[in-house]
Amino acid sequence: MAKLNMVEAINLALKQEMKKDKTILIIGEDVGVDGGVFRVTEGLLKLYPGRVFDTPLAESAIVGTSIGLACSGFKPVAEIQFEGFTLSAFDQIVNHAARIRNRSRGRFTVPMVIRSPIGGGIKALEHHSDSPETYYVHTPGIKVVIPATPYDAKGLLISAIRDPDPVIFFEPKRIYRAIKQEVPEKEYSIPLGKARLVQEGTDLTLISYGATVRECEQAAELLKDHVSIEIIDLRTLSPLDTETILASVQKTGRVVIAHEAQRTLGMASEIIARIQEQALLYLKAPIERVTGYDIIVPLPKLEEWYFVDEKRIAEAIEKVMNF
Amino acid sequence: MIKTIQSFTIERIEILNEKGEAEKKLLPKISEKQILEMYRWMHITRTFDKKALALQRTGRLGTYASMLGQEAAIIGSAYALRKQDWLFPSFRYSGGMLLRGIPMDKLYSYWGGDERGAKPPEHVNVFPLCITVGEQPLHATGYAWGLKLKKQNAIVLTDFGDGATSTGDLNEALNFAGVFQAPVVFLCQNNQFAISISQEKQTAAKTLAQKAIAAGIKGVQVDGNDIFAVYKATQDAIADALKGKPTFIECYTYRISDHTTSDDATKYRSEKEVQEWKKKDPIQRLKFYMEKKKIWNEKKEQALQKEIELLVDKAGKSYEAIPRAPREDIFKYTIAGGVK
Repeated sequence: MAKLNMVEAINLALKQEMKKDKTILIIGEDVGVDGGVFRVTEGLLKLYPGRVFDTPLAESAIVGTSIGLACSGFKPVAEIQFEGFTLSAFDQIVNHAARIRNRSRGRFTVPMVIRSPIGGGIKALEHHSDSPETYYVHTPGIKVVIPATPYDAKGLLISAIRDPDPVIFFEPKRIYRAIKQEVPEKEYSIPLGKARLVQEGTDLTLISYGATVRECEQAAELLKDHVSIEIIDLRTLSPLDTETILASVQKTGRVVIAHEAQRTLGMASEIIARIQEQALLYLKAPIERVTGYDIIVPLPKLEEWYFVDEKRIAEAIEKVMNF
Repeated sequence: MIKTIQSFTIERIEILNEKGEAEKKLLPKISEKQILEMYRWMHITRTFDKKALALQRTGRLGTYASMLGQEAAIIGSAYALRKQDWLFPSFRYSGGMLLRGIPMDKLYSYWGGDERGAKPPEHVNVFPLCITVGEQPLHATGYAWGLKLKKQNAIVLTDFGDGATSTGDLNEALNFAGVFQAPVVFLCQNNQFAISISQEKQTAAKTLAQKAIAAGIKGVQVDGNDIFAVYKATQDAIADALKGKPTFIECYTYRISDHTTSDDATKYRSEKEVQEWKKKDPIQRLKFYMEKKKIWNEKKEQALQKEIELLVDKAGKSYEAIPRAPREDIFKYTIAGGVK
């Protein structure tokens, strides 16, 4: 089995799905000849000429025309070069992609994927280090997926492509090439809406997704001698796998949630709400959240102070354990 | 050295004047039967509109966007479409939606606030109308691109108003259509007002048709109250679209009514201006033409109006008899399988 990084795993998923399903198209800026600025679509134009389209620089049009293509029977996999630019297409995503099934009472549907890198940590320019996922999670009619490993990236993308509704597939760019993992060549898929149990534990549930899962694992490693930590990687933010979260909380009674996105109305807020609605009496301590601050993500010189690292997560765990 | 490396001209097509006189050499190939059909559809559009306003004023319909005065722009373009072609309409194109096969009672039910009314019947090539201005031309362009990839002999027509030409999405659609040679026709109903904003406040451009030039596609203006000019321009645009050449048609017309039933146009324009435009009425113009051709008379006119009024009344009654959908309906279509 080949060891692949996330870029290679996504590329493999696209290659294999495109071979299987001739209606899949790749659309975006620099996705063709250049293979994408992160090289995720490398080689696809050569393999599938006539199905990979370099577009003009217009995110709203990339999504808007993909909606039309999807309604006409294709499955566009549109790339938005950076998460900050998805906001240029926000209107088309929220007002149209997410609503056409409902608007047409099911006559027209939008089976499309919007792929975009997400998050900071690559010392990039403004708008290239953001975490806008909750804008989309708040929107009914679209699904939101963020893989944390190469293996998951392949399996989740395949499910996203096969999904009958629009899916936003965020790729944590700082782990694009940071993790190598065995990724089977053979076809497999990971269902959307199902979280991954990263490791089992009995004292505390640590919930995260995307690139931050790695720091969660590091924090658990730091504390492994005295705290048994169960780590959940959400994989899909919408729909959220409440069942897996609740089962773990009922077992451990303690919860820490970590994410890179800003704190206010971040994913942690919704997770805490669901836990208190359905498992309040299992809790032995207040839930802690470790998140980005409610500020604009700093430029590279200061960005390290924004990000959630294993130390901040470990501190929160200690705090909950010592309540 | 300074030299001109590009220049452009915008043509305006006028065929049928206010007196009902047509310029023969420009007249599109069109049979007597087709003329009568177009005339009938313009009347249906106007009567549908009148009934909608009556229903709205008596609390039986929601906010409604009238088409009064724009019947030639709407019917002239919709009538030019072939069976296999597609329509991606704005909210001011109800007459064209009816012509393309949307049942009248269903369309009333949509305007009455029933989402089921937005679902086109399976065999009807019409997309649900779009409320946000200037945004469905992107869907139309994508759909047309898809038709081209599937090598289908079909095009997409999308309509929008003058206000849409200021939006990014419309300009992005024109640009994508040009780059990907999508078989799409952009039909701009320039009714001169985006709610209260007149064309001079909307753009410094002299025509809206020239918006196409920057995208490298053809732009043409027509007298939007002249159904022959609209029909001809649309037919030409369809032929070009099939060759991968999209066209932007600006139908220069006038919104006789308020923007919607929630608007009061007397606040921002003069009654005199409205009266001037009423003299250019598109239906009357075709009527004069048909009378000159001796294919129409007052007796036929009376009979037609009576027939259409019955048709529209029947649709209105049928709409009012539709029971409200059950509560579970609101959860059914958010995603496949519905929301639990």
